[in-house]
Amino acid sequence: MSWSDFFLMQQELALILLALVLLVVEISLDTENKHKIIPVANFLFIPILVIGFLNTSTGSLFGDMYITDPTRILMKNILNVGVFLVFLQVSNWLKTQANNRNRISEFYLLIISSLIGVNYLISAGNFLMFYLSLELTSIPIAALAAYEQYKHKSAEAGIKMILSSAFSSGILLFGLSLLYAGTGTLNYGAMAIASVDLIQSMGFIFFFSGLAFKISIVPFHLWTADVYEGAPVAVTSYLSVISKGVAVFVLAIVLITLFGEIQGLWQEVIYVTAILTMTIGNLFAIRQKNIKRFLAFSSIAQAGFILLGLVGGSNFGTTAVLYFVLIYIFSNLAAFGVVSVIQNASDKENIYDYNGLYKTNPRLSLVMMLALFSLAGIPPVAGFFGKFFLFAAAAEAGMYVLLLIAVLNAIISLYYYLLVVKAMFINSNDQPVPKIESDFFARAGLILCTAGIIITGFISWIYEYMLNNSFGI
Amino acid sequence: MIKGIPFEHIMIFSTLLFFIGVYGFLTRKNLITILISIELILNAVNINFVAVNVYLYPEALEGHFFALFIIAIAAAEAAVAIAIFINLYRNIRSINIEKVNEMKN
Repeated sequence: MSWSDFFLMQQELALILLALVLLVVEISLDTENKHKIIPVANFLFIPILVIGFLNTSTGSLFGDMYITDPTRILMKNILNVGVFLVFLQVSNWLKTQANNRNRISEFYLLIISSLIGVNYLISAGNFLMFYLSLELTSIPIAALAAYEQYKHKSAEAGIKMILSSAFSSGILLFGLSLLYAGTGTLNYGAMAIASVDLIQSMGFIFFFSGLAFKISIVPFHLWTADVYEGAPVAVTSYLSVISKGVAVFVLAIVLITLFGEIQGLWQEVIYVTAILTMTIGNLFAIRQKNIKRFLAFSSIAQAGFILLGLVGGSNFGTTAVLYFVLIYIFSNLAAFGVVSVIQNASDKENIYDYNGLYKTNPRLSLVMMLALFSLAGIPPVAGFFGKFFLFAAAAEAGMYVLLLIAVLNAIISLYYYLLVVKAMFINSNDQPVPKIESDFFARAGLILCTAGIIITGFISWIYEYMLNNSFGI
Repeated sequence: MIKGIPFEHIMIFSTLLFFIGVYGFLTRKNLITILISIELILNAVNINFVAVNVYLYPEALEGHFFALFIIAIAAAEAAVAIAIFINLYRNIRSINIEKVNEMKN
């Protein structure tokens, strides 16, 4: 192994460098000027996005602890773009936090630590590496969920996050120890499980339950709504797209590379959980009053749709999952971006506060409408294409009952997404949210998200690129 | 190899410990005891890893290493968790999980 091999870890190394640079910048700023770290972090993040596209070679490091190939780099790129959008949206919130003015850089450092974990998690080639990076993704986020020191809700969200993530990783580890007992190795390559014996299927069930906590698949979704509601909006949006996205990607990698031979076992598990997740997520979303809770349950339902792509275990399905997660990042972050802008300006977060939003803030409500249409899957926007490919993947696997339930759920979801749209455009309000002038970064973030929502569906090159690259795993 | 103790006994012990931890996590009211239950779960996993390594696959030390890493990470996790508990205690003067229910209503 030569020094140049280290450049296989380009994205992780660049992120670590960024974290160090931000630490130095943090030291050199006075207490009054801490907010100057916001543009520094945002602009320094752009090279990291570019680096991800430079070198897409295949290789492994440290005795197969770290694996990289074009698919994994693509997954990392998708999630890095998501984090960039989150960074653009938080600037306003960070500046207006009176109590936390001197802790702004903590936010960036913790998110970047978590992102380093996300990148390593995708590239893990050994369960030791897998576990270490899994914890690196979730512990900083628990600290961030409790970021708003003087808010009871925020501490509550932090507690629920850290306890459920510790509990879930405990369950996951128990599953891993059973898998280790069955195979005698922790290396992905050597582990590939061929037979369904009792101890390994037990191990798989525990392992799957642990990951299901992270994706918030029913019946492991109970923490989601509380954490999403209590945590600051920026953290919620990170949780709902990046944490969920990486868990989905890792589930796809593990299911195909490790458990590919025992597809009969996990197909049933995913079949049942997909139905439960879609249905329960949708039914609970209908009766939510708080917009963050509403988006939490909608994201649970979206996780159910994502499972449709995994159930067949085909390359086509994996591509559909990648493509859907990219679109989901754009649409969910657009929705959370609007929620964040409105909460900063007026501290309102109930759905009825959105009544008459179109009168005062027409552009914000247009972005929100596009985002919700995309989440619901209405044709002109990208969400439709994402859902279409997921459904096609389920149809390809021949699961027509599952497909029927998914379509019914898509119709139910249309109802509650349109409730918010109706509130914004039709309902009248005596005290609507006043006109909001958002700052440069927030505006840029919303514009990028909107562009993503509209463009991703129409440029077939993006889908083709993913399809060509998803043969790696 | 530990003399005189069959492998099955260790596995039964660790499985019992695991489910005691799960039970404690789900029923306990005090946040600190919930954290202790999580430690029980992780220790059950550690015993599993080490026992499997010693009895079944003694040629490599993967299980031992994994147990070491789990101990280290559990400490980090407990540190963050306790920091958040202290923050909550400052806000509501209690570490009872039933008081942590502002969003349930």
